[in-house]
Amino acid sequence: MHDLVAKTALGGSEPRVDTVGSVTCTEVPGVALASVAARRGKETQAQKALVKLIGAPAPEVQRFTGDQVLAFWSGPDQWMIEAPFDSHEDLADQAKAIFGQTASVTEQTDAWARFDLLGDGINAVLELLCQLDLRRFEPGYAARSSIHHIGCFALCRGTDHVSLYGPRSSAGSLHHAVTTAMISAH
Amino acid sequence: MIINHPLLGPRDASEFTYLGDASLIDRPDGMAENAADAFYDYAYLRDNPAGEHQELWYHEAGDRSWLVVTRNTLTHEISKVELARDVARARGRSK
Repeated sequence: MHDLVAKTALGGSEPRVDTVGSVTCTEVPGVALASVAARRGKETQAQKALVKLIGAPAPEVQRFTGDQVLAFWSGPDQWMIEAPFDSHEDLADQAKAIFGQTASVTEQTDAWARFDLLGDGINAVLELLCQLDLRRFEPGYAARSSIHHIGCFALCRGTDHVSLYGPRSSAGSLHHAVTTAMISAH
Repeated sequence: MIINHPLLGPRDASEFTYLGDASLIDRPDGMAENAADAFYDYAYLRDNPAGEHQELWYHEAGDRSWLVVTRNTLTHEISKVELARDVARARGRSK
């Protein structure tokens, strides 16, 4: 186990960066993820544990909260947890230790590929990519929709910064869709 | 067609897939005396109303929730959209 080479979702040794006009699409591999689903009857305790884990109020519907460890809403009493990989490689274990029997935690690191769209004019790209209402894209907004027939999460981190999460096995297709839309929107 | 998701707000119908009559929530007790007859009804017999109809829709290209949509089959007007889990719990399921 000592000679393995880490590759990004697109298969490169370095994260892929594409720039078209003012918009940049960056592959972001350094993320740890875990999904959390509160168990029946334990919803309130699970929410309290989530607050403890992220150090912020639990996110409302279609929102994310937290800073270094961040949670976004993925369904009623369900969240996805995101944190830097370097400091939280064992995020699922850390979360499970806090949630205990109140929620089911599933490791999601490397199940998803993340692409960050940055720059002026990302809305022109997003409106080609998904059916989400872009007027609701304000910092803290997190929604799931279909991009190029791929179920993706979109997180609005700032007016010119949106993260897209798609299944890692479809990373190439998602990247193709995003860069095609960037060229079309330019 | 737009489906007004109870949590997410209006979403395009293309994000959803249709399953069928919401009576599928009322799965019979497999251990009851009349289980064979009850399952025959449950699996094969459907009402086909010209008017209000309760249907199960799945938000596949969204948050993956199951919904009970009340739709008028004559006009396609959607009068009510509920989370299927709320409907099921109101009917005494998932206790």
